[in-house]
Amino acid sequence: MSDSAPRDPVSAATTEPRFVRVALVTVALTFLTLFLFVPLAAVFYEALRKGIGVYLAAIADPYALAAIRLTLLSVVFAVPLNMAFGVTAAWAIAKFEFRGKSVLITLIDLPFAVSPVIAGMIYVLLFGAQGWLGPWLGAHDIKIIFAVPGIVLATVFVTVPFIARELIPLMQAQGTDEEEAALVLGADGWLTFWRITLPNIRWGLLYGVVLCTARAMGEFGAVSVVSGHIRGLTNTLPLHVEILYNEYQFAAAFACASLLTFLALVMLAFKALIERRALRQRRSALAMETSS
Amino acid sequence: MTPRFRHPSVLPGFGLTLGFAVGYLSLIVLIPLTMAFLRALDLSWDQFWQAVAAPRVIASYRLTFGAAFLAAAFNTVFGLIVAWVLVRYRFPGQRLVDALVDLPFALPTAVAGITLATLYSSNGWIGQYLKPFGIKIAFTPLGVIVALVFISLPFVVRTVQPVLEDLEAEVEEAAASLGAGRWQIFRRVIFPAVRPALLTGFTLAFARAIGEYGSVIFIAGNLPMVSEITPLLIVGKLEQYDYGGAAAVSVVMLIISFILLLLINLLQRSSQARSSGEVAA
Repeated sequence: MSDSAPRDPVSAATTEPRFVRVALVTVALTFLTLFLFVPLAAVFYEALRKGIGVYLAAIADPYALAAIRLTLLSVVFAVPLNMAFGVTAAWAIAKFEFRGKSVLITLIDLPFAVSPVIAGMIYVLLFGAQGWLGPWLGAHDIKIIFAVPGIVLATVFVTVPFIARELIPLMQAQGTDEEEAALVLGADGWLTFWRITLPNIRWGLLYGVVLCTARAMGEFGAVSVVSGHIRGLTNTLPLHVEILYNEYQFAAAFACASLLTFLALVMLAFKALIERRALRQRRSALAMETSS
Repeated sequence: MTPRFRHPSVLPGFGLTLGFAVGYLSLIVLIPLTMAFLRALDLSWDQFWQAVAAPRVIASYRLTFGAAFLAAAFNTVFGLIVAWVLVRYRFPGQRLVDALVDLPFALPTAVAGITLATLYSSNGWIGQYLKPFGIKIAFTPLGVIVALVFISLPFVVRTVQPVLEDLEAEVEEAAASLGAGRWQIFRRVIFPAVRPALLTGFTLAFARAIGEYGSVIFIAGNLPMVSEITPLLIVGKLEQYDYGGAAAVSVVMLIISFILLLLINLLQRSSQARSSGEVAA
């Protein structure tokens, strides 16, 4: 193992003896192996254990395909909605001063502090058969709970903060100078946004979208509460995995799980790729802020 | 709404963007969340008390908050080591390891749940080696902790990592030139600098672990009084159409976690004050 310290010219005074370094790396890697790498390998092992035929059959199953469609549908709703929210919230918070701003920033984070189960529950209390609006919805034959709208709503709830959280500090660091210059030069608000602000925040925005997508795809607790688990109708892919697992169809459950895991890995790769660029964008914004 | 600017701004769109953002947040998050509190208030005091203080519910609070605390504490220790190793040392495959630390954020919790349950069951890859020692993890409270360790693993690493990266080498060099040993430097110089980040990471991990549902229910076995977490209890009440009871337990859970997070925040503030005091001294 080549474990020389990164700040190499510095003498032994600011790094640890070799055995300490080796020991710490070993402890860290053992911990990560037990809790991360082994589970990751196990998903694919269990999925392919009964052969590729069983694997493909599990994924081509009509119920699995319906679940994939529903999962994609909730992503297609949750990501653009929360993108619109993230951009508008960040614009108002980063470009203007107003009372209650810090309260608003705190409230945006609220969905992170609420158990997903509670997130699902509040919609049941609102729209469920015995909920506040239940009788009215029933009279008008609108179904939200145990139907697709509820699943979309629950997914939107748990992913509200992701994009806003990325954009607010980025846009705060970038300040308003460039936008003001554009306006002075005669651009209108929209043109300024498209030509100045959006290019400046594009990596941060993309980063938030990746995080939001990953969470929307995988949400379980909130969706589980509002779904009703109707196969082919209100089952998302994570819920489908649960049903298969509880029916002891382990190979099929892990086959669908491996699909989600693969998507998670794609998201991580994307994230690692964007992260460096987003970081550079934020650093350059901060550098400009301190120099001006 | 008449906004009051500290600095008058020439930028357009304040009313539009703030209006949309606040309206959206109210519709999706705030109003529905308020409903849970109102629903709990619908109950009489006796009903409320019966819902939130039944022995089975109390046992679930103890498990949920206890396991979340232990998992976050475990991750604080190992998260610091992982962050340290990733920032300070070089080893093969480091960038891959660094990227994979975020896996628990990206992996659906249900996938984590069935995988951990399989691995830690008595004939699973990991469980079979623990069985001779009489250690059972799957379907016991220990399983809850394992699942919570997995889902909250990245928080401490990701909060401590940037602080370690920004730590200036000069401070350590100065300490070394003044005759401090390596351990002394860590204890007196490095640790105080990362302590606030460590606490933040702990808080985030703890908060996330309290509410976790998907990964836990597969590995916990969900025995009432033993390995049943509070979120599962809420789901159970909803399935029996006991909306009031579910809302009451949720409100208690939200309040307890809010108080705990507030306490940790206070602790953090005093820790930060102490750190800056130490640096100044």
